[in-house]
Amino acid sequence: MARKVSIGRKVGFTALAWTLGCLMFFPIFWMMLTGFKTEVGAIASPPQFFFTPTLESYKDVIEQSNYMRFVMNSIIIAGGSTLLALVVAIPSAWSMAFSPTKHTKDVLMWMLSTKMMPPVGVLVPLYLMLQYFGLLDTRTGLVIIMMLINLPIIIWMLFTYFKEIPSEILEASRMDGAVLWKEIVYVLLPMALPGIASTLLLNLILAWNESFWTLNLTASNAATLTQFISSFSSPQGLFFAKLSAASTMAIGPIMVLGWFSQKQLVTGLTFGAVK
Amino acid sequence: MGNIVLEKVNKCFGDVEVIPSVDLDIKDGEFVVFVGPSGCGKSTLLRLIAGLEDLTGGKIIIDGVDVSDSTPAKRELAMVFQSYALYPHMTVRKNIAFPLKMAGMDQAEIDKKVEAAAKSLNLTDYLERTPGLLSGGQRQRVAIGRAIVRSPSAFLFDEPLSNLDAALRVNMRIEITDLHKELKTTMIYVTHDQVEAMTMADRIVVLQAGDVEQFGSPLDLYNKPVNRFVAGFIGSPKMNFATGKDAEEFNAHEIGFRPEHMTVSTTEGRWKGVVSVAEHLGADTFLHVKTENAGTFVTRSDGELNINYGDTVYVSPNTDKIYRFGADGLSL
Repeated sequence: MARKVSIGRKVGFTALAWTLGCLMFFPIFWMMLTGFKTEVGAIASPPQFFFTPTLESYKDVIEQSNYMRFVMNSIIIAGGSTLLALVVAIPSAWSMAFSPTKHTKDVLMWMLSTKMMPPVGVLVPLYLMLQYFGLLDTRTGLVIIMMLINLPIIIWMLFTYFKEIPSEILEASRMDGAVLWKEIVYVLLPMALPGIASTLLLNLILAWNESFWTLNLTASNAATLTQFISSFSSPQGLFFAKLSAASTMAIGPIMVLGWFSQKQLVTGLTFGAVK
Repeated sequence: MGNIVLEKVNKCFGDVEVIPSVDLDIKDGEFVVFVGPSGCGKSTLLRLIAGLEDLTGGKIIIDGVDVSDSTPAKRELAMVFQSYALYPHMTVRKNIAFPLKMAGMDQAEIDKKVEAAAKSLNLTDYLERTPGLLSGGQRQRVAIGRAIVRSPSAFLFDEPLSNLDAALRVNMRIEITDLHKELKTTMIYVTHDQVEAMTMADRIVVLQAGDVEQFGSPLDLYNKPVNRFVAGFIGSPKMNFATGKDAEEFNAHEIGFRPEHMTVSTTEGRWKGVVSVAEHLGADTFLHVKTENAGTFVTRSDGELNINYGDTVYVSPNTDKIYRFGADGLSL
């Protein structure tokens, strides 16, 4: 029997959810608002809620830097690394989910453990390796690094989704004459599509917002939107209005993507939680 | 053709040996049922034949060709799974067409075969639906359609009816038996339901702990069980057993007598006892009689018998229908 919830409790929970939601969104809202202020207005005390909006900061930001180049780098690095990671992760997760050995769990834990190490611990060796191969400040170098950084999470997520697929269905396809690649393409992938889509979206977001590696391994050629934002935090002083305008422009594309794919993301992330 | 020979087939999962050594010769066109208690290795044996599990030792020969190391696809067998294992993202048409598509058949030929299979299984109206929109019986029919469409050399059924309700199970049992008569293709059928085994099989393989206890026709197993296990496993309700003086009288370590080979009387008989359970099924009456010193026996009488819980009765076995067993459990 479903538990009865009184109207008072419903109102209370709704109010609490909205309050928490607003609190979490407020910094982003404030940043967006600041982008439409003048530099003086941005640092005014007390803070200004009502002001005459201006596009001056946006104009300055676009004039001072090549925004589209940063966007393209972000798209290529985030998109490329996610796609490349999926190509590696799908067969890996398949083998661990449907053909496990006694060491599969150890391998999974080992992969996860690489995420527990602070990234700065491997910065120098990775920097030197990229330098040796001539991949510093290149999109290729960043795509490879970002793919490797996110690979453990992608494999873990796909492994969890694949485990939910009854192995009998894959066995049926084998009995029906499907060789391995056909089994993956015709049966596994269509069935795991919601999981794969949410993995792709989540990793796209993670790679898009990643700043440690992009700031340390790029300078200009492969610089992404995180580099674009940080370029407005200069030694001459903080220009809050420009910084806010740049940040809004940087997170804009991924926010739009997230907004339209939120249903997919939530479905994918809670996949298998309730049978 | 569908002659399947198993030679010293052995299977271990790690250190656990689930099938010590099995030898079987299944003739072309035969309907063979693997039956046994849970965990006896019957499904594992079927999966070994299918190629879904690797052999640890021994050989599997299909139509004279050693397929021990072949992939499932190369064995030319079709399998119907307990959970149906339909492709949930494909329509019924695509499900049935899948093995033909994998075989690289041209689309016109695929359509023709799918239509024919759907017609024979009454699925024509459901071809454009996905499996999620079908009932259990219809899903099972789609699974069978997917198996028959490619004309395999043998069909493997892994407890295909266990997810269906009782009435549907009887219908599907008859449909599968009819299908066998029509196609005359070898069928290997795994079940734990001995009614299915007795009614469908040409020959039954009784398995226990991975060993073949007996391989024979249903009536052979019923009338001439080779040991106590087969005697106790085949027949419903189960055979009654007695030891001690009752067995010695028949020069045996243990004797067995089936519920249908016992007489019940309110006045006289071999063992006196009290009815602990009375099951009146209409056509039959099953009595569980707790005797004074020989244990509890189950009897099967006609449905008109007016004996109820708590009544004192006398039960006697039909002496010419007694099975005798030695101390090693083998039939004497």
